[in-house]
Amino acid sequence: MVAFRLNGENVDVDVPENTTLLEMLSLDLNEYGPKFGCGLSQCGACTVLVDGEPVVSCETDATAVTGRSVETLSALNDGDTAGRLQQAFIDEQAAQCGYCTSGIIMRAQALLDQNPNPSESEVRTALNDNLCRCGSQARVIRAVMRAAG
Amino acid sequence: MLDQFRTTRRGLMKAGGYLTVAFSLSGWIPSGAAAQDAELPGDLADNPMLNSWIAINEDGTVTLKIGKVELGQGTKTSAAQIAADELYIDMDRLEVISGDTWVVPNEGTTAGSGSAPNCFPAVQAASAEVRGMLLEMAAEQLGQPADQLTIENGTITAGDGSETTYWDLVSGGEFEREASGNAALMPIEEQRYIGQPIPRLDLPAKIIGRPAYVQDIRAENMAHGKIVRPPTYDATLESVDTSVAEGMPGVIAVVRDGSFLGVIAERDGQALAAANALAENASWNVPEGNLPGNDGIFDWLQAEATDSTEYVNTGSPSGGGAKTMEATYYRPYHMHGSIGTSAAVAQMGDDGVMTIQNASQSVFGTGQSIAAMLGMEPSNVHMQHIDGSGCYGHNMADDAAADAALLARALPGRPVRLQYTREQEHKWEPYGSAMVMNIRANVDDEGNVLDWHYNNWSTGHSTRPSGGDPGQLLSARYLEEPFEQPPGRDWGPSSYGAGRNAEAKYVFPHQTMTVNFTPKMPLRVSATRGLGAFANVFAIESFMDELASDAGVDPLEYRLRFLEDERARAVLMKTAEEFGWDDWEPQRGRGRGIAFAQYKNYAAITAIALEVQVNQRNGRVSVVRATAANDSGHMVNPDNIANQIEGGLIQSLSWALKEEVRFDDTQVLSNDWASYPILTFNEVPNIDVHLINSPGQPYLGTGETSQGPTVGALANAITNATGVRYRRLPFLPSRISDGLRG
Repeated sequence: MVAFRLNGENVDVDVPENTTLLEMLSLDLNEYGPKFGCGLSQCGACTVLVDGEPVVSCETDATAVTGRSVETLSALNDGDTAGRLQQAFIDEQAAQCGYCTSGIIMRAQALLDQNPNPSESEVRTALNDNLCRCGSQARVIRAVMRAAG
Repeated sequence: MLDQFRTTRRGLMKAGGYLTVAFSLSGWIPSGAAAQDAELPGDLADNPMLNSWIAINEDGTVTLKIGKVELGQGTKTSAAQIAADELYIDMDRLEVISGDTWVVPNEGTTAGSGSAPNCFPAVQAASAEVRGMLLEMAAEQLGQPADQLTIENGTITAGDGSETTYWDLVSGGEFEREASGNAALMPIEEQRYIGQPIPRLDLPAKIIGRPAYVQDIRAENMAHGKIVRPPTYDATLESVDTSVAEGMPGVIAVVRDGSFLGVIAERDGQALAAANALAENASWNVPEGNLPGNDGIFDWLQAEATDSTEYVNTGSPSGGGAKTMEATYYRPYHMHGSIGTSAAVAQMGDDGVMTIQNASQSVFGTGQSIAAMLGMEPSNVHMQHIDGSGCYGHNMADDAAADAALLARALPGRPVRLQYTREQEHKWEPYGSAMVMNIRANVDDEGNVLDWHYNNWSTGHSTRPSGGDPGQLLSARYLEEPFEQPPGRDWGPSSYGAGRNAEAKYVFPHQTMTVNFTPKMPLRVSATRGLGAFANVFAIESFMDELASDAGVDPLEYRLRFLEDERARAVLMKTAEEFGWDDWEPQRGRGRGIAFAQYKNYAAITAIALEVQVNQRNGRVSVVRATAANDSGHMVNPDNIANQIEGGLIQSLSWALKEEVRFDDTQVLSNDWASYPILTFNEVPNIDVHLINSPGQPYLGTGETSQGPTVGALANAITNATGVRYRRLPFLPSRISDGLRG
């Protein structure tokens, strides 16, 4: 049994041994933000926040979040209303396929939480471990700067 | 909607939100229709029934059905803009269904920047014709002449104030009638949506974390599958002890059919653990030493070419000239490299129907291939496209659909979800072919081209399963009764495969173009964004700069000497102007480059200028800024077009600066993002895109148009910065350094 806070609510989940945080969030808790990209901590598509810090959930054991606070993409919106950072991505149309977007938004949110007015260079550096294959990086940087400004 | 696994035709119709035929509207003929039907535009020609495209629903909505699918390129949104305009309705009344083989018109494969020229005019003509029929019906009902009626958002009003609506008029009926192609289109100046940067309809769900992707499907009672691939392409499974895997928690079944090996479990992680156990307990026969390796591939291509075709021979030979110049260029294998590994969910229903939710670009043809592999009637394989991770061509999406079906066949009644591992996606996807390009030119005293001879060498550029051949599905080749992989094939005009954009758009007194093709495929290959165009434009645009440099002429001016097409000249000059080409001042280590291409020589036109900084110590190339101009014909959605240009530019920079599929004489070595790195946020330039609209001209697709010009501009900028010409991709720091050292 893994007991933790998910997006502000207490949850208890019964998962088999060796379940990753990503699998628990996806299969047991129906979170659709974090995505499987590599399972190797190389692409960042599965990034979520654990106690406010970005963590790649694909190689994190589910039990590692016991007693901690996990936030996924859906923590940022209010029902169907996009949150500020999400809305900036919509305003900038900062995605093509959007598969990497959840992980990038979570990483950007962690940056903005610590540094509400980052420079473009700080945004790039913060997001450098997140891969985007569609080539939306220039728009993503604009979106994060828009949300910050 | 993804949570509901729709398996029956009846259920599907309900889920789609529209009704089956209550009565037919086939009797209505638009009054404007001429006796002779006009030629139907785009995909309407093959799918002329209006009800295959459009349904007017009783609840005040309209369903647009298209065979093209959303790949992240915004096709669904653009098609909706067109339909809303021609139907005179607000966009929020529209629901778009795409890529469901039981529902939508068969528009073939979503590829080749083909949605704009083929799908958009069909949607436009069908929508205009339906609107005309609705007007005729309203005229009859209201007793008023059709030309005195007005339409606003589906409500039709007569001069006397009486009114009706689309939904009242149709009331459950369908437009069971072939299009005539005679309906008048909305005048361009009245269009409300076409030409506007309408935000993508699909993005909000993806950005707030709603289920949107095939990878997101969580069907009731869903099981999870994993595949165990052989160690190499031509390995065969000698034996496997399945007992360990079968005894593991959650394992439902091990599936073996010849050398195809998979496992189904209750959970994804359990399936992966069991697959790893199977791999450890499997014994493979692995033939070694039959690949040329990534360093040997270019010699191999030239040695193995068996099929040389001279596609172009225009003008007449000069018989000499002042000088002959020649250069050879090299493009390695590239990956599609989708960020999400391919996935599909399949279910073998008790009605004998295999339903497969998948992200294939060619749901109709791939469905036929899967049916043939399974020995099923094609009509009993129901393919539903669900958005996936970006594919950029034929990646593993079709294989995932086939593999999910192979597993689901072993577990009838339960949906089986399959998602590949990263290593499987990297090692087994069909790559963009390696190519060699050689250009030889005779020039006159002033450096002008007299004779231009282009040759390239390549393996195939499309092995899609869209033709119904199961041998194009990876796993079908490993079954107990295997389907043989067909030999690679190439094709000529007008779109070409290896020869795409191999004919220079420039006008020379004499030009030849020959493709030297081999049907052998040492590495698995298929359609990768732009096919041969990326490499061919790289070679042509590099060589143009080499000629210009030799002639002592500015590369922009040199190109304009030979470029006659007015729209092409306008795009090239726009790029130069916005980049500040004429005012650019050299700095140490800095370089500028410009390049141009018209995709397929008849589609969208793009020119790109780049400024780079080359680190003289370590050979590292940084792209400082990028300027692009593009003419995609009549623009439907300018922001979608800009997004495609930007994305193509960045992806092309990634290919050119970093990417090469590495393989030795036995197997592929690029098996993750560490061994196949791509461009990251710190390496991406800011991009300045300028769009030239051509109202009234055909819609031209943009998805692949920036690949070639980007690599051309990059190569030229690096040479401008270093004084060294680099002809082999990728431009790795080590190669740049080697060049700098001479």
